[in-house]
Amino acid sequence: MGHGNNDHSSSGHSSYKGYAIGFILSVILTAIPFGIVMHPMFSAGTTIAIFLIFAIVQVIVHLHYFLHMDLSPESRDTVVSFVFTAIIIVLVIGGSMWIMENLNHNTMIMGN
Amino acid sequence: MLRMVHHDDHHGGHDDHAHHDAGPMKLYGFWIYILSDLMLFASIFATFAVLRNSYAGGVTGKEIFELPYVATETAALLLSSITYGFAIIGMYKGSKSQVINWLLVTFVFGAIFIGMEVNEFHHLIVEGHGPDKSAFLSAFFTLVGTHGLHVTSGLIWMATMIALVAQKGLTPANKTRLLCLSLFWHFLDIVWICVFTVVYLLGVM
Repeated sequence: MGHGNNDHSSSGHSSYKGYAIGFILSVILTAIPFGIVMHPMFSAGTTIAIFLIFAIVQVIVHLHYFLHMDLSPESRDTVVSFVFTAIIIVLVIGGSMWIMENLNHNTMIMGN
Repeated sequence: MLRMVHHDDHHGGHDDHAHHDAGPMKLYGFWIYILSDLMLFASIFATFAVLRNSYAGGVTGKEIFELPYVATETAALLLSSITYGFAIIGMYKGSKSQVINWLLVTFVFGAIFIGMEVNEFHHLIVEGHGPDKSAFLSAFFTLVGTHGLHVTSGLIWMATMIALVAQKGLTPANKTRLLCLSLFWHFLDIVWICVFTVVYLLGVM
């Protein structure tokens, strides 16, 4: 029955190949930011942007290759609930930072 | 992931009809839990983001973080993710020994990660950089510590699953449990990606 399951799933689902691709992509996506921070080569702003983009891409790689999320109708509920959570997370973190940076700025607490 | 158990139930044929939908429903319920746990982490991340520069005259991230050490921790956790995947492949093959062996390997990598983290915390506290020294350190210990406690829970759960699979084999209930733990374990690796990026990489800049 295990083999039957694999045959029904699309490529990358619960196969050695899928996990290997996810693993190799994750290693690359982890190694590059670590390399950049150890050997700085960009401005601070660019570096932060690169780190955040690499993190987001790696999260997507994990979701797809390890948690087997995709755009098929079968995993729609999983994806929709995740996207909803992601929106809330962006609001919570972005909103907190926005409000607190403003508070710090307006009360003249300089960088502390 | 949900689809995987769905197919599995259709091919399983062991459990009676009433149990057919139990596996996927449990897995979906567990997924909802994971998402609510993600909200917990989001609020702790928000706290850390707000307090990241509040050193109170104490040490900064740049002074206390050792990136090669963090890279090794990251490698251990990432390796544990792929080895858990191999355990799941073994589960679909119906190979009890493959499941147990890969769970053991996964447990070892997870234990290495936790051991390294405890060691890091110990060093920081011994050197006088405990969570009571500044808001930054409080937020750091809370965020990284909460993740560490989750990984520790995952290790306890994994040890339980190794014993359960060894005793009762790959029953439908055990398969659902293994898939839930799979969600949990991969979710913890995803949270760690955010931790090493936000705390360590951005922290040493």
